[in-house]
Amino acid sequence: MLKIKKLHKSYKMGDSSLHVLKGIDLNIEKGEMVAIMGSSGSGKSTLLNIIGILDEHDSGEYSLDDVEIKNLNEKLAAQYRNKFLGFVFQSFNLINFKNAVENVALPLYYQGLGRKERLEKAMFHLEKVGLKDWAKHLPSELSGGQKQRVAIARALASEPKLLLADEPTGALDSTTSTEIMQFLQQLNDEGRTLLIVTHETDIANMCKRIVKLKDGIVMQDKNIKQVRP
Amino acid sequence: MIDFGFFREIFQSISKNKLRTLLSGFTVAFAIMLFAVLFGVANGLQNSFNSEFSGDANNSIFIFSGRTTKAVKGMQVGRRIQFDNELYETLKKEYKNDIEFISGRVYKNLTASYKDEKSGYLIRAVNPDHQFIEKTDITKGRYINQLDLKNKAKNIVIGKLVWEDLFNGEDPIGKYIDLSKIKYKVVGLYIDKAEGSDSNEERIIYMPISTAQQIYGSNDYIDQINLTFNPSMSGDQAIAFSNKLLKRIKQIFSVAPNDQAAVRIRNQAQALEEVGTFNAVLSILVLIIGFGTLIAGIVGISNIMIFIVKERTKEIGIRKALGAPPVSIERLITFESILITSISGFLGLIAGSVILDSMEETLKEYWITDPGVSTSLVIGATITLIIAGTIAAYLPAKRASEIKPIVALRDE
Repeated sequence: MLKIKKLHKSYKMGDSSLHVLKGIDLNIEKGEMVAIMGSSGSGKSTLLNIIGILDEHDSGEYSLDDVEIKNLNEKLAAQYRNKFLGFVFQSFNLINFKNAVENVALPLYYQGLGRKERLEKAMFHLEKVGLKDWAKHLPSELSGGQKQRVAIARALASEPKLLLADEPTGALDSTTSTEIMQFLQQLNDEGRTLLIVTHETDIANMCKRIVKLKDGIVMQDKNIKQVRP
Repeated sequence: MIDFGFFREIFQSISKNKLRTLLSGFTVAFAIMLFAVLFGVANGLQNSFNSEFSGDANNSIFIFSGRTTKAVKGMQVGRRIQFDNELYETLKKEYKNDIEFISGRVYKNLTASYKDEKSGYLIRAVNPDHQFIEKTDITKGRYINQLDLKNKAKNIVIGKLVWEDLFNGEDPIGKYIDLSKIKYKVVGLYIDKAEGSDSNEERIIYMPISTAQQIYGSNDYIDQINLTFNPSMSGDQAIAFSNKLLKRIKQIFSVAPNDQAAVRIRNQAQALEEVGTFNAVLSILVLIIGFGTLIAGIVGISNIMIFIVKERTKEIGIRKALGAPPVSIERLITFESILITSISGFLGLIAGSVILDSMEETLKEYWITDPGVSTSLVIGATITLIIAGTIAAYLPAKRASEIKPIVALRDE
């Protein structure tokens, strides 16, 4: 479903350039739950940004659901993001003046759905993350775990092919982290494809496959026995 | 089809970010309000100035006489120069083409009484042309006419204040007033619009000059000659004409050409030129004030818009990550700006007019009458601010919509 071949990415730093990704090969099939691990500077965030069409690669191949992602203009990139991908961020990234259900409904707005349909779908996904009763609350009135669940509901709302999570538990305490991971596992059980960037071994071990990056290349890629709390 | 969702997004953004909305709205409203008030006050000043100087026809020339101060042809200093009907006829004949209207004036102070009411008034005995030189507006009856003049009729025209003093609201036309024991018939009632209501110009009684000359002097003396020059004359021509007149009159009365006191002339054209200059300066001042306010408003709204877009960078990043195309980001921010500036511009406009209205009475004491701005001007200023606000929002919005969502998301 996701195919990456000899992916390179460098950043210009003044006169010199920083070679961050030095030929990454990665294939992810439908229904997988993959953790990408690595210390800071290993290139894991850069890889996630490229996979998320938030950033562009320099060379190599990247295709998503058999669609090649290359030289997209902003409009098309936005369309693909909306159609293929759901994002979960470390810092939640909810819009603070919108309540929970409106945040969840936002990607549907950009899909061009009518208001009624949007809110219905958003409510359905909020119910799935167990926050139906909190639909009218602003992000500032929610706990960290609740915020992340709203963010997950939002990521799911557009029915993406791939759910991308960047340190989804980075801002949460361990109990809440486990809860969130349990929930992500549950989503995987339902057949969703998940890609989780983390530097915590505990979190990575709750996935089915770990890809370790170091200095811009894949050091290790192995399937593991999933830890289920 | 109207995209309600789009407008809902805007309204939500406006209503949920009250401080931001208030800040930009206040800037625009305040600028427009200041613009309206300053422009209105300046206009009021100009109004006062204009009305002060437009009491008489703009092309009028007044000729006065006095005593000689220079000896000439063996005649002594201190000789009194007395105008008379002959001078009037001479001027009228010799300058037929240059003169539009001409009238002599004889002044008297008399006590007028009607029934039980009694009061002293200034009497001006004049020729019929005087009506047009003084811009007297007859509201009832008629002015002094040629027939009155010929018959030396005891007919008078009274001002509004004279009527209010003496008549207690009674219709004065056809009634008889005692002027120092001689009965005069009131044939007309006038107001002096140019001087403004209740001015002393409305406390005067007019009668035929021939009547006054016969009854009060048995002579043909004239105290003052007023005339208006041909309106087709340019300012320079008018000044040349009045100089010519002065020279001719001095010649008639054997006055030394350099005698400043024996015969004097006041030309409105000259005064008008000075008023014109002052008005031009005032207009420029008004423009500077107006545009200054406007530019301050534009700078203010631009700053706020740039700040708003900066503040919303992260939100823009989130929206883009969720699939918002760049165009939708530009539209969202630009329309929000248009909406805020339009509404607050309108509010500022209302506030400005309310302030001007409520201050009208107070401002009168400071020589400012009828302050106000033309609606089209204020609306023009509002539209200018809306356009400025739109551009000020569009440019940073466009830039923000083009930055990579990853950069925007990193913004804390």
